[in-house]
Amino acid sequence: MKIKNSLVILLVMAFGVFLFQVYKQHQTQGSLNKTAAYYNTNTPDEVGASNVVTAIVVTYRGLDTLGEVTVLFLTAMIVGYILRHGGKEKPMKNNTSEILITAANVLIPGSIILGVYVFINGHLTPGGGFQGGAIIGTAITLMILADPLGSVKKAVLHITESLSGFTYILIGLAGLLFAGGFLDNRILPLGNLGNLLSAGAIPLIYSLIGLKVGTELSSIIASINETGNKTA
Amino acid sequence: METFKIIMMATLAVVMIISAIMAVLSKEMPLAILASGAISLLASIFFLILASPDVAMTEAAIGAGLTTFLFFIILRKTEQNSHEDKK
Amino acid sequence: MNLTIDKIALLLGMSLMLIGLWGGFTQKNLLKIILSFSIFDTGLNILIVALGYLPGRTAPIIDGSAVTPENLALVAIDPVPQALVLTAIVIGFGTTALLLAYALKLNQHKKSLDINQFTDLKW
Repeated sequence: MKIKNSLVILLVMAFGVFLFQVYKQHQTQGSLNKTAAYYNTNTPDEVGASNVVTAIVVTYRGLDTLGEVTVLFLTAMIVGYILRHGGKEKPMKNNTSEILITAANVLIPGSIILGVYVFINGHLTPGGGFQGGAIIGTAITLMILADPLGSVKKAVLHITESLSGFTYILIGLAGLLFAGGFLDNRILPLGNLGNLLSAGAIPLIYSLIGLKVGTELSSIIASINETGNKTA
Repeated sequence: METFKIIMMATLAVVMIISAIMAVLSKEMPLAILASGAISLLASIFFLILASPDVAMTEAAIGAGLTTFLFFIILRKTEQNSHEDKK
Repeated sequence: MNLTIDKIALLLGMSLMLIGLWGGFTQKNLLKIILSFSIFDTGLNILIVALGYLPGRTAPIIDGSAVTPENLALVAIDPVPQALVLTAIVIGFGTTALLLAYALKLNQHKKSLDINQFTDLKW
């Protein structure tokens, strides 16, 4: 036990020394590096989005985002798979308090509309598909809390998720056919900088990502919440 | 303005480090989970001061909201299992 | 030592990473180990964002008055680390959920969360 503890301390200290080297070599930058300067200079003309982070996530590094959404999809699937033998939780008395149910009925529509607002305006203001999706996931979590015996239909979540993922890839392929490459946003006109309908296909793609992320997060929570305690 | 920002960030950083130590060392599991949620919430303020509002929104919605909730669901389910064992 | 905003953020991220690593190695409870992992994750995200911060600059979002398309490269910070961290947080939630699901499954079999109870592959 002694040996193990000292090994742990040694390892953490070694990692600390390694991190301290990073800290010592860090110099506060005065200007942007070349990649960042390219993105910051050319985004308004090439992509037409006001939010440069959105332009990078959706267009310049769109393949990363596609892979990321795929990883999240696989996670949701694996969580559902390894918990499948748990059996349904036996329907207990629904002991949710009246206050929670009433508050949830008021708050859920508002949260979902806020989520939709955040991902539709992703190319103009801070926010986007991931943030909006997380807000929608929170709303559906509140729905699960208020009614634990299951008003959330998992089939609806799965169908929404599959359809938005499929459309996302179709838009990417359309970019390959009609514009410069896979996931190019210039299949639609770029419009005026700062308008809601601008930046080509970015609002469309980010809305699909938002729906996909929101349904994936909700289905992770729903499948963990539904698992009973029976041993397989 | 700059000095004010630095003092505020240093205070936030100290509170976050104390919460992290509390989350690791605390024997009470709910307290540890709440401390970890507090770290995420303060981290989102930190991201806002570091001029990255996109990251701040994501961290507030996912780190402070969904992760904390998920930990509490798992805590309830595992505690039910342990109680069945004791009976 | 003269502290600036990005140095405080670097130090904070590193401290959180070290605390998370230490907790992950020393704790016995599976949930505590996963909690330490998520603290490590937060620290790493703060570190990456701090590396892209430039003092005195603002977020890379054109609002028409303070930030215009012409001066974007002069007043805005580096957007690439932000884009990376944005996806990293979502992936972090995915891995945490996966770890918690495995912990729940192990708990259903052994009725315990103590890491020392899981000796099946130990020799």
